[in-house]
Formats: sequence, structure tokens, C-alpha cells
Amino acid sequence: MSVTYLEAIREAQFEALRSDPNVFVYGQDIGQFGGAFKATKGLAREFPGRVLDAPISEDAMVGMAVGAAVEGARPIVEMQFADFSSVGFNQIVNQAATLYWRTNTPCPITIRLPSGGTAGSGPFHSQSMESIYAHYPGLVILTPATVEDAYWMLLDSVKLDDPVIFCEHKFLYYHLKAESFGEHSLPIGKARVARPGRHATVVTYSAMVHEALRAADELQMEGYQIEVVDLRSVKPMDTDTILGSVARTGRLLVVGESFPWGGVSAEVISRVSTEAFHMLDAPPMRLNSKDTPIPYHPNLWKAHRPTVGSICDALRRLLRF
Amino acid sequence: MTPAVPITCTKADLTPDFRDQYLATYRQMQSSRVLEEKLGSLYRAGGRIVGGVYLGRGQEAFSASVAMQLRRGQDVYAPLIRDQAGRMAFGEPITDALRTYMGAATGPMRGRDGNIHRGRPQEGEMAMISHLGAMVSVVAGALFAKRLRGTIADAVGATSIGDGATSTGSFHEAINMAAVEKLPIIISVANNQFAYSTSNDRQFACEDLIYRARGYGVAGWKVDGTDLAACLKVARSAVAAARAGGGPQLIVGTMLRLGGHGEHDDAAYIPDEVKFSKVGQDCLLVAEKFMIAEGWATKAEIDAWLKEARATVDQAVSLVSKEPIPDPYRESWQALSSSELVESWQL
Ligand SMILES: Cc1ncc(C[n+]2csc(CCOP(=O)(O)OP(=O)(O)O)c2C)c(N)n1
Repeated sequence: MSVTYLEAIREAQFEALRSDPNVFVYGQDIGQFGGAFKATKGLAREFPGRVLDAPISEDAMVGMAVGAAVEGARPIVEMQFADFSSVGFNQIVNQAATLYWRTNTPCPITIRLPSGGTAGSGPFHSQSMESIYAHYPGLVILTPATVEDAYWMLLDSVKLDDPVIFCEHKFLYYHLKAESFGEHSLPIGKARVARPGRHATVVTYSAMVHEALRAADELQMEGYQIEVVDLRSVKPMDTDTILGSVARTGRLLVVGESFPWGGVSAEVISRVSTEAFHMLDAPPMRLNSKDTPIPYHPNLWKAHRPTVGSICDALRRLLRF
Repeated sequence: MTPAVPITCTKADLTPDFRDQYLATYRQMQSSRVLEEKLGSLYRAGGRIVGGVYLGRGQEAFSASVAMQLRRGQDVYAPLIRDQAGRMAFGEPITDALRTYMGAATGPMRGRDGNIHRGRPQEGEMAMISHLGAMVSVVAGALFAKRLRGTIADAVGATSIGDGATSTGSFHEAINMAAVEKLPIIISVANNQFAYSTSNDRQFACEDLIYRARGYGVAGWKVDGTDLAACLKVARSAVAAARAGGGPQLIVGTMLRLGGHGEHDDAAYIPDEVKFSKVGQDCLLVAEKFMIAEGWATKAEIDAWLKEARATVDQAVSLVSKEPIPDPYRESWQALSSSELVESWQL
């Protein structure tokens, strides 16, 4: 038997709803229909009145979750696509993210963002929003890359007393499978060395972890051992694990699917340059998508985002320096 | 469409119980006016108040009438910019206002936020964010959670908003959502004719905001916001309807903001014809005349209440003025409640 990344998201919500009556799920088409991606399939039937269709009102959905959290509920909000969370942006960054700091009232909400590109989705159904939200104080930003993390980190999110932006990657929904959900191993905020190596480090997260692992396979045939660090959580960022890896390899490439200006990859490079300049044998590099909206046609889309090929090229340049 | 007719009081409404609540509400309005006058002079004097001062002068009757119907601890209230009177009626201590305006370390906001951006969410008093329209869905969410957790009983939630803020997407989304969920929420729109400097004719094109109730599928109540008796009658009816399961209630009151947007603003853009029209009358003076005419209070009694309110405010000001300001070295600088997730990395 095997389970998919999407099933992990569904099962984690099942478990959260089962184990805590204060949990409810709110989002467009998530009730009887089970969600645009079927991440809540069957849950409305199992938990009557707790898995509810929302009007197309991302602002009100998040505001509602904050009010519910004040009253002791632990809402999970599903955005139909990460892209549409821009309509709820104000409530996320100004309402949810400031509540604890301003009023000493915890804000346990989880906002699920079906993120990232799939071929044919175009500019408004493909975005990665982690860098935008990570910019704001008061939010936790999670970016699971594995089936195990999708399951356990979502359960952890619901238990956390702070607002979590849970970036689940749509490309992994059906493609990524595992034998089981495994064990709860790492806490939120810890990165994971997905593959040990000694010639260069790739720091990445979410779907790009898998591209980076494949690139590492390819470079192995050229005689290089590439270490891949999966951030898991982009905020907080596990700087120690990143620095530990760079100390071993002396070379750093950061890969992210989001737009290139600023963002998570810039943050990693800034930290490493400040704290571990003396450990670097080459200038740190980063690889992101191109600085245009995300294109529709698969030919263009594949060239827009980092891929095995472009990661290998970047690594070769890094290793040659 | 015919113009919506405001609801008024008749002799039959003036029961002893109504009179008692009228007098109690008037005293909250009066205290609010006294506190706000003090805030205005502290602002002009310079010193402890570091930011702006935003007053609810002229809106006391409309604001306090709804809040008087609420029970702290059970009901939810999200006051907005011009709700000093409503806050008092909901039981917010004067010191919360002063401490927040003065940025005292002791207040609920501890110098982290100021002026009208204050509250105690865990006691059902939401702390508004500046972004207009954003509190309506928060109140709806609190009511939703009460229903989910089985603690709702006959609790209601109330929030206020200005004519300008009814133009936000946030407001529209939230009232529609509350209507879909049939939540017991009372949304009071204070149409004070201006949103900062923008008059109604540049804000919305429908003939009267009350017509929106129909479109959202909620009950609508229109009232003269300068008439305390009418405001109380409407507030009592609307809150009772929400408690009885009647879903969202939209109250639209008309009045004039008797001052600037904030104390920095002389409101020179408000034409004299509006200032000296019926909509521009002062709800406190209207109430005083009414109480005296009905024989509910004498001028001497009203003056005695005023003296008492001034003494209370003066006392609170002298207390809070001596309180410590926040100390940046003792500040935790922590935006998450989960301490283990606060980055030790020096950002
Ligand atoms: C979303 C948003 N846009 C702009 C502002 C700036 N602003 C603060 S108060 C105000 C006018 C509000 O008018 P209205 O809603 O009629 O309330 P009133 O001040 O008259 O009570 C504006 C434009 C804001 N706080 N929020």
C-alpha cells in the first residue's frame, strides 16, 4: 500500500478533526464536494457542521478564522489556490499576524495554500507565496516536501498556538508517494539533510527538494557528492543546519520556485554570507523562477522554473569556481 | 425607490424600564464626551499622547445605544474609531483608553499599539486593526466558534463601521458571509456624512445605505443617530431580534461628525448648511432637552453628573500620567506565542 502527499493532507485533517472538537475546516467547495483537489474528500460527511463551504471571500474567511480562534476554536482555512490568498492578505498579515503581539491573545489558525506550478496552470494558479508571508512578523511558514512532512507538519500546525501558512505543493499532490506517513520525527523549525554530500550544498524546500535530489544524482555521475538540505520550515529558518552543511561543503546554491527578487533564497544567502563568509570557497548562488508572471504553456513553464537541468548547470558553475 | 423612513419613538415606548436605560445610556455618553474633551486638550497640550486623537463627538447616542444591550463576558463587541461611548457602555475602563493613548506599559496594548486600536479580545472586546472593514468577519468568526463549541446560548456580536468603510470589499465579504451563516451579529453603520473629507456623494451611489440590507438578505433598521430615544428603541429591537435567531441586523444611523477626522483636522470642508442642519445637531443636547421635557432629570441633576464624570476622568488622568512608559530593554520583541519558534538568529 502506498499513500500520496494529497492523502497525507486529507488524513492529517481527518486526524485533527477527530482528536479535537475545536478544529473546523473552512474553504471554497470543501464540503460535500471535497475541495478542488479533493483534500477534504469525505470529511464533511464524517464531521457534520465542521467542514464548511465558504463564499468566495478570502478576506472574510481569514477574518472569520481569527475571530473563531479568539473564541477557542482551531480553524483550518483552505485557499482554493495559494494565488487567491492575495485577496485575504490583509487579514493574514495585519489581523492574524499581529493579534498575539498586540493583545496577548494566541491565534491558532492554519491557512493551507495549494502552492506552486503545474503545467498549464498559468499566472494565477501557480504561485508560491512563502516569501511574501515570511516577510511579516507573527507568522510561521511551512513548506513540506515529503508525504511524511505533509502529514505530521499539518498536524503540528493545527496544534500550534500561532498562525501557520501551510504551503503544500500541488505538483506533489498526486506524484509523490510513500509507503506510509512514517513517524513524527522532526519538530517544526528544524531543517533536514535530505542527502549528505561534501562538494556543495543545495538549500531548498517544497517541490524543489525533489528536483535538487535528481540533480544530485546526475552530478554524482560526474564525481560530485551534493548535499541537499530541505528547509521544511522557511520561517523560522533553521540557520544552524544550513551553516553546518556549508561548513562541510564550502559551497552554497539556494533553489526556490518563487520569484527571484528578495525572498527565501536571498534570506539564506544573506545569513550564510554574514555568518559563514570565511567558510565559503565560492560566492553563494541562487536559482529561482524567472522574473515574469508564470507562463501557461508547458514549454514556457518548464523554462520559467528551476528544473533538474538548470540546477545541474548552476551546480557545475558553482563547483568550477 | 421611496426613501427609507427612520424608526422613531412614541409615548408608548417610554416605559419605566426604557427610561432607566435611557438615563444610564446618557451618563455613558456624557462620560465619553468628558473623556474625549480631555483627550483633545492633552493632545493640544503635547506631551504624553504621542500619536493622533480620534473622537466620537456627535456619535455617542448611536454608539452607546447598541453597546448598552451587550453583556461583557458573553457577547462580542468590536468597537471602531468613534465608539468611545460604546466602549464605556460595554464596560471598558477609562484607564484602558488613557493608557493606550499615552502608550503606558500598564495598559492592555502596552505601548505596542495606540489610541483607538485597543481591546481585550479574551473578554469579548476585539481590538480593531486600522484597516477598515476588517473587524466584521472577526466578530462573525467569534460567533461561529461559540456556535461550534456549543457556548453560544443567546449571545450576540456587535460592531460598528462608518459610511466610508461600507465601500470596502472586506465589509461586503463579511456581511455576506455572516448572512450565509445566519450569525447573530449587529452591524451599526454610522453615516456621519463624511469619510475623512469625502462626502457621501463621492462614497456610494445608492439612495440610502439601508437598502443594502435587502441585498445582503439581512434585517435593516434606519434611525436618526442624534435621537437617543430612537437609537435605543432600534438597538433594543435589533439586538433582541439577533438573540432570538433573526440573523444579522444592519442598523444605519445618520448624524454628523462634530469635529475633524482627528484632532489634527479642522474639517473646514464641512459646509455650514450641513453643520447647522438637523443632521448636525448634538445628540447630547437633544437628550438633555428630552430628559428635562419628560421630567426624567433636572438641569441640576445633569450638571451634577457632569461634575462627577469630570472628577472621574481627572482622577484617571492623574493616575495614568504617573505610570511607566514601555522600556525597550524589557520588551520581549516576540511576535509569536510559541517561544520555541522565535528565531534566536538576530534578524
Ligand atoms: C482600508 C483602509 N483604507 C484607508 C484607511 C484610512 N482611513 C482611516 S479612517 C478613514 C475614513 C473613514 O470614514 P468612515 O468609514 O466614514 O468613518 P468615520 O471616520 O467617518 O467614522 C480613512 C480613509 C483605513 N484606515 N483603512
